[in-house]
Amino acid sequence: MALRACTLARPVHRRRDNCVREAQDRQMTGFVLDGYDPQEFYCEMLRCAATAGLRERLARMPIADFQRRTAAAEQALYDYGITFTLYAENSPIDRILPFDAIPRVIAAAEWQQIETGIIQRITALNLLLDDLYHGQKILKDGIVPADLILGNPNYRPRMHGVAVAHKAYVNICGTDIIRGGDGLFRVLEDNARTPSGVSYVIENRHMMLRAFPDLVDGAGLRPVEDYGSRLVAAMREIAPAGCHDPQIVLLSPGIYNAAYFEHVFLAREMGVPLVEGSDLVVEQDRVYMRTIGGLHPVDVIYRRINDDFLDPEAFRPDSLLGVPGLMRAYYSGNVALANAIGTGVADDKAVYAYVPKIIRYYLDEDAILPNVETYICREAESLRYTLDHLAELVVKPVGEAGGYGITIGPQASQAELEACRAKLVADPANYISQPCIDLSVAPTLCDGGVMPRHVDLRPFAITGASTWVLPGGLTRVALRPGSLIVNSSQGGGSKDTWVLEHE
Amino acid sequence: MSSSPLLARYAECIFWLARFIERAENLARILDVNETFSRGRGAAQSWLSILQLNADEERFYQKHQSATAERVLRFYLTDADNPTSILSAVTNARENARTLRPLVSTEMWVQLNVFYNRMRAIGPADMVPGSLSRLLTGIKEACQTFTGIAEGTFYRDQASYFYQLGRYIERADQTTRLLDTKYPLLTGGGDAAAAVEIGQWHALLRSASGYHAFRRVHSSELTPTRVAGFLLFNPAFPRSVYLCVREAADALAELKSRYRLRGGNDISEGLDQLRTILESRSIDEILAGGLHEFLDFLQGYLIVITDRLSAAFFGHKPASQSQPASGAVWPLAPLPQIPS
Repeated sequence: MALRACTLARPVHRRRDNCVREAQDRQMTGFVLDGYDPQEFYCEMLRCAATAGLRERLARMPIADFQRRTAAAEQALYDYGITFTLYAENSPIDRILPFDAIPRVIAAAEWQQIETGIIQRITALNLLLDDLYHGQKILKDGIVPADLILGNPNYRPRMHGVAVAHKAYVNICGTDIIRGGDGLFRVLEDNARTPSGVSYVIENRHMMLRAFPDLVDGAGLRPVEDYGSRLVAAMREIAPAGCHDPQIVLLSPGIYNAAYFEHVFLAREMGVPLVEGSDLVVEQDRVYMRTIGGLHPVDVIYRRINDDFLDPEAFRPDSLLGVPGLMRAYYSGNVALANAIGTGVADDKAVYAYVPKIIRYYLDEDAILPNVETYICREAESLRYTLDHLAELVVKPVGEAGGYGITIGPQASQAELEACRAKLVADPANYISQPCIDLSVAPTLCDGGVMPRHVDLRPFAITGASTWVLPGGLTRVALRPGSLIVNSSQGGGSKDTWVLEHE
Repeated sequence: MSSSPLLARYAECIFWLARFIERAENLARILDVNETFSRGRGAAQSWLSILQLNADEERFYQKHQSATAERVLRFYLTDADNPTSILSAVTNARENARTLRPLVSTEMWVQLNVFYNRMRAIGPADMVPGSLSRLLTGIKEACQTFTGIAEGTFYRDQASYFYQLGRYIERADQTTRLLDTKYPLLTGGGDAAAAVEIGQWHALLRSASGYHAFRRVHSSELTPTRVAGFLLFNPAFPRSVYLCVREAADALAELKSRYRLRGGNDISEGLDQLRTILESRSIDEILAGGLHEFLDFLQGYLIVITDRLSAAFFGHKPASQSQPASGAVWPLAPLPQIPS
């Protein structure tokens, strides 16, 4: 599964050349945390007092035993088909998202901050979307530049005046959060379109319970199992008015999509049919699915297809994934979509920079979770600063996802920096820049033993009538030493994320 | 009991999932029975007959010069480019199961996924004479395991009826093909001439797991005629064509009444007609008219049944008027002429 966000960090440098060799010797005889050294980075395990019990258990566990059980757990993931599929020379290759069995722990108080921060942020984003698609007060008040919104390709003018249940545009959100050397959590990205990865949160927990019950037992973890039922409840809440027993479906691009496993997983957890575009048909502005007994009405669609591909009549005419006429049914209020159309304008990388102001504007509160400092290159002063500090900054194009087009100053060659400079000067409005953050690390089982590896966190939130955050989220880990990117297609893995019930 | 409606696409996938598993199992049976005979005289002819059975000669000879045991085995076991190989059947079953993962039990999926990975790992060393039988037995057992897991875990709603339909229609078809491997022995001199090959009929029964059941019905002489009659008409043997057609008809009737489905009346009629034919004909009549021709007729008939299912439930347009190669038509064509 290609996770979209790209998290940047400085590489972990090996301090001693012989450190790998030492670790290999240890692995035959030692215990999991023997000699673990997080170097200068903020360590999620050692800096957290609440992990004392876990550390004690790991300190008693032989590393050879730990390796064997990890390998068995990964084999199980493969057998279970908890995989994403790559296509090489037309033949499918199933890959698991590598699983690191040393959990990432979040203390109760830390989670409290993350949870309230996410709820605050999603509340503000939904108010923003409702405003943008109705009165546009925030633009008139000059809080967010109007041209940033109105010229944005993800802004959907057709959504003007369309009523959205509970004003919940963003029903499923996967906020990317990172932690710097100062130990502060910061939001890196709001994924408010069709975020993926939640299935791994739940499957990783199942895997931990199966393979390492002795680590989990009595640890006091917040459960993750009720995501599916929360999601169904929210989907019922957003059903069209007057619809008492809505038929909910999950719309997937199909088995060739890299995230297909997750679609299956969610449909199963929700107990709803997993449909593809060709299973749906629109007649007289009403959506139906093709069943063995004929056409059956559909009321709510959790769609895992981006706006552009949803309806060839309304968006890209070449889309084979979508359903002709779906937008007619949607605008007529006969079907609900989650997420709503046009949420992409709220998680845009340039709009991101304004989110603290947006929170203040609508909620009259300070952001509980700060942003990563961001320079919006469309502003002259920021552009000048960016050009002057290019070698220290990360430069990102605003419209791209998946880590494309990014220049990492500290890692770039002189030629790459010059190319970046030229692009910035030619089209400044297309870029933002951010300082390079020292991502926190967590002890991770590597070939040479247990090493510090950079991690991030993607909690998942569901919004119907109100917002609920799944305790924990997906902890992604950059497995390659020195790797800057936790992306699954770039050698990233994941960990079980433990939110503790008590301090 | 309310149950969410079944997507037409899912119904088709589950129907084919069942068929591909059943097909893989029967291919393993056919290869196994052939392997048992191919040691002695006529080996080359016996491997050639497997190709003829599936009408695969043309595709086979595009890649290979002669039908040696090794080449035919590889063609049917591990050749991913051959759509009639066991590997292709298992791959197709798994692709369907991938689509059906929201519907099938986790255990069904996991077993099939592991089976598929094992099939892909088969190497030349597994296909040498000393290992082959074990390999084929392993494949057969993997299919049976799947069937057993489905029996024990698959939720019994509409989808399970399409599973049953696929399983029995494919099994009926495969039994006709298994029987067809030995039909040349029944032409010409009848039982007397075929008696020299009686060992082959033994093995044929065993490959269908029918030897002991056959003995309960016919404790005296084992003749080719009786074996053929048993595999076609026996009302209690799980792999007989008659029993499979009856099970398919029952599954369809129950599906239609329990879920109040309007479509598919023509299929019910067709299956009933087929059942009547199988009840009313004697094996002697069939042999007189030509066993191979009758088996062809049955295969063609089952193809038409599948087309009708596609039209009634899977959301396909009715198949064009072109008839299957065997000449079976709908409604029922007259049986091949039986000389008096």
